[in-house]
Amino acid sequence: MRELTIPVDEATTRALEVGEVVSLSGAMVTARDAAHKYMIETFIEGTPAGEDAALHEILKGHLERGVVYHCGPVVAREKDGWRFVAAGPTTSIREEPYEGRVIAHFGLAGVIGKGGMGAGTLAACREHGCVYLHAVGGAATFIADSVKEVLAVHREDLGTPEAFWVIRVEGFPAVVTMDAKGNSLHDGIRDASTAVFRQVLGLSS
Amino acid sequence: MDEMTGHLLELIRLASTDLPADIEDALKAARDKEDPGSRPAAVLDTILENVRMARTRSTPICQDTGLLNFFVKHPPGASHGEFVEAAGKAAAQATEKNYLRPNAVHPVTGKNTGDNTGEGLPIFYFEEGDPGAWEVSLLLKGGGSENVGAQFKLPDPSLQAGRDLDGVRRVMLQAVLQAQGLGCAPGVLGVGIGGDRAGSMALAKKQLLRPLPDRNPDPELASLEAGLLEEANRMGIGPMGLGGRTTVLGVKAGVGHRHPASYFVSLAYFCWAARRRRLVVNEEGVTLA
Repeated sequence: MRELTIPVDEATTRALEVGEVVSLSGAMVTARDAAHKYMIETFIEGTPAGEDAALHEILKGHLERGVVYHCGPVVAREKDGWRFVAAGPTTSIREEPYEGRVIAHFGLAGVIGKGGMGAGTLAACREHGCVYLHAVGGAATFIADSVKEVLAVHREDLGTPEAFWVIRVEGFPAVVTMDAKGNSLHDGIRDASTAVFRQVLGLSS
Repeated sequence: MDEMTGHLLELIRLASTDLPADIEDALKAARDKEDPGSRPAAVLDTILENVRMARTRSTPICQDTGLLNFFVKHPPGASHGEFVEAAGKAAAQATEKNYLRPNAVHPVTGKNTGDNTGEGLPIFYFEEGDPGAWEVSLLLKGGGSENVGAQFKLPDPSLQAGRDLDGVRRVMLQAVLQAQGLGCAPGVLGVGIGGDRAGSMALAKKQLLRPLPDRNPDPELASLEAGLLEEANRMGIGPMGLGGRTTVLGVKAGVGHRHPASYFVSLAYFCWAARRRRLVVNEEGVTLA
C-alpha cells in the first residue's frame, strides 16, 4: 500500500500504476454532477465574479495537485459543525464530459470515484500527471470513518449531495484504476468481458 | 396512522442500515470463491466490513439511500391517501435522522426538497390484501443501480434475440455487459417479461422482493434464472467491475401478459447493497423482517 499525502506532487502520481492500492491523507473536495456543471460554466467557460470568484480562489487553493472526490454524502449537523455519516463514491462516468477540463484547469493530482471514466479523462490524466482512484462503491460507513473533519461546505444551495464539501481525510482507501501512463483497468475488463459475451451468444467478433 | 408512521420509520432505518441476511450470505459466498489476497477478495472484504459497521452503528450502508419504493398490501377498503401521508412523514423523519440522504430533486429547478418527498415520491405500489393486515415491503434503490436498468423490445436482430426465453437471455446478458461495475456489482437482476412498458418495468422491480434462495415455481423461468446467473458470472466483470468471479448474486424473473404486437423485457438492477425489508402489522402485532 502506498501512502499519499495531499497535495501530491506530479512525480509521485506519474509513478503510480494501475492496480496499486493507495491510502490518502489530507484535504479533498467532494464534487459531483451539479458541482462539475457549475465549475465548467462559471470558472472555465465563464469569468467568475463576486462570491463565485471567492469560491474559485478557495477551490484553487485546495485543488492544485489536490483531489476531487465524486461523492454525495450523508452529513449530520452537529453543535459546532458537520460530521460525515456515510460517504461512498458515486458513479464517475457522468462527469466524463467535464473532468478533463477540470483536471487541466486546477491541475488535479487525483480524481476519486467508482466505475472508471472515459478516454477524455484518461488523456487529461496523462497530460497533467493525474490518476483516477477507485473507491469501493456502497462502502459508505466504512469510508466515512476515514473522514476526520469537515473543513467547510460551499454551494450548500445545490443540496446536500451536490454541494462542495471540503474534508480532511486520514487513511482513505482506494485503488489506482487509471494511471498517468494511459492505462485503464476498466478498458481491459470491458474488452475481456465483451469477448466472453460474444462467445457465449455465438456472435461473430 | 400515527402508529404506522412510527413503524415505517423503523422499516426505513432497518432497510438503510441492516442488509438482509440472504444478501450478506451471498456476498460471503462470493468472497470465498475468490483467491485470498486478490483484488475482488479485497473489495468484498471491504463491502462485508462496511455491512457490519453500518449494522452496528445504525448508519446507512450506502450514502445513496436511493428512492423509497413501497409495495403495500392493505386491508380491503383502507385509505391509500392516509398511508401515503404516513409514509411521507416517516421519510421526512428518517431524513432528519440521517437514515436517508435527501434525494428528491426537481428536474427543472434543480431544487432538492430536503425530505425525500415530492412529486411522485416516495413510490407506491398498492395491492389489496387480507382483512386486518398491512404488509409493507420497502426497497431502497440507489441511482447508480437504477441508471443501469434497461428495457428491450424483442426481436433484437443485432443480438439474434427472438421473441422467446432465449431472446430474453440474450438481451439480459447484453445489459449486464453494458452495466459493467457501474450499478455496484455484484447485483441482483430483476427481470420483467411481457406487459406494457411501464408494467414490464414494475414487474422487474417487484422481482427484487424475492429472497435469493427461493426457486421460481415455473420450471422454464427457473432454468432461465439459473442459466443467466451462470453466464453473467462467466463474463468476469466482478465486484465493482474490477474483475472477479461474481458479477451477479441472483436472477429473479416474472411474467405478465403482453399485447400481441409487443414483447418487452425489462431489467431492474439491484446493487450489492440490496436494501429490502418488510413490515407486517396484523392482529398478532408488528413484525419487521
